[in-house]
Amino acid sequence: MAMTMSLDGTWHSLVLAALREHAFGIVPYVPDRVLTPLLSALAGDRFFTSFACTREEEAIGIATGAWMGGRRGAVLMQTSGFATIPNALASLVVPGRIPLLVFVSERGTLGEFNIGQALVCRTVRPVLYALGIENHTITRLDELAFILDRSIRQALATKAPVVFILSPLLTGGKVFAG
Amino acid sequence: MTKIGHNADGLGVLNRFTLTQCLVRLLEHDEAVVAGIGNTNFDLWAAGRRPQNYYMLGSMGLAIPIAFGVALAQPERMVVALEGDGSLLMQLGCLATIGARQPRNLLIVVWDNGAYQITGAQPTASAAATDLVEVARACGIGQSAWVADQADFEQRVQAALSAGGPTLLAARIDTEPAVGSTDRDPVRICDDFMRGLGVTK
Repeated sequence: MAMTMSLDGTWHSLVLAALREHAFGIVPYVPDRVLTPLLSALAGDRFFTSFACTREEEAIGIATGAWMGGRRGAVLMQTSGFATIPNALASLVVPGRIPLLVFVSERGTLGEFNIGQALVCRTVRPVLYALGIENHTITRLDELAFILDRSIRQALATKAPVVFILSPLLTGGKVFAG
Repeated sequence: MTKIGHNADGLGVLNRFTLTQCLVRLLEHDEAVVAGIGNTNFDLWAAGRRPQNYYMLGSMGLAIPIAFGVALAQPERMVVALEGDGSLLMQLGCLATIGARQPRNLLIVVWDNGAYQITGAQPTASAAATDLVEVARACGIGQSAWVADQADFEQRVQAALSAGGPTLLAARIDTEPAVGSTDRDPVRICDDFMRGLGVTK
C-alpha cells in the first residue's frame, strides 16, 4: 500500500497521514503546545476519534481497550507525561502484546529552560530500554514518513508497542521566551 | 457530604461475589466485562468464565478507561466496567473524560467497601468523605446511583443494559475476601477476550 502523501509536507501532516494510512483512528492524548497543530488536524478530521484525557495512563488504557475491541489506537503526550506511564506499559501494554503507538513530544533538551523538564527527559530512554520497547527519536523531516510507516508495520506484525520521540529538531520544540 | 461512618447513609451492605454472579446472570447479549485488579476480577472469574470477560493483571485504576476504549471500538456492544473504590480513586479523572464524551454503551459498577482490602484493609477516602456517585454526577455521568439492595441492583443493571448510558452504579459491599483467583497469563487473557469480542477468529 502506498504511503499517503501529505498536502503540505509538515511533520504533523506526515504523522496524520501515517495514522490514517494504517487506520489508527482512536487517538486519546494529553495536550502539549508543540503537538497543537497535530491535535488541531486530528480534531478537524472525521476519520479520527481524538480527545483529551486527564492523565497519560488513562489514554493508554483507552487505546488498549480500543485495540482489544478491534480498533487501532495511538496516544500523544509530552516527555513529562511519559514519566507517568511506565506501570501501564509494564503491566498492561507490553505483557498484553498491544501494538500501541506512543508519540512523545520531547522537552528537556536543546534549549530547555525548566530544570524539571530536563531531568524527566533523561528518564524516558532508560525506561524504554529497560522494558525492551522499540523506539525511535525522530529528528529529520525526510526520515519521518519512512520511520513511521515501517515501525507501524512492525508493531502490527510483531504485536508490540512502539514509541516515537519527536525531537525539537523535527518539531521546533518549545522556545524559551525570556 | 461528610460521612460519619461507612454505612451512615443507611444503604444495605452487600456482597461483591453475590452481586457479580447476579450481574453475569443478567448478561444476555455477549456484553463485554472489564474487571479491575484484585478482588474485583477474582470474583468475576469465580462467577463463571465468559469469553467476553477481561481480567486485569496490573495497571491499577485502568479498568474504566479500558472499558471505555472497548466501548468506543464496538459502539453496538454494551460494555461493563467493574472497579473497586480504591482503584477508581486512583484514576478519578477518567469519570470526567467519560462525562465529557458520553458513551451510550458503558456501564460502570463500583464496589465500595471503603478499604484497600487486598493490601490490608487500609481505609480509602470513600470511607471518610468521598461520595463516588456524587463525583460521577458532577463529572456529567447523569445516570449515577447508589444501589440500595440486590433487587435494586438487578433493576438498575437491567435498565442500564437496555438504555443509553453512560451509567455508574455503586454498591456498598462488605469486606469478605474474593471467592476465586484468576489465571495469570496476560497474553491468553487478552487473546480470549479478543476472540470473545469477535475481533480475532
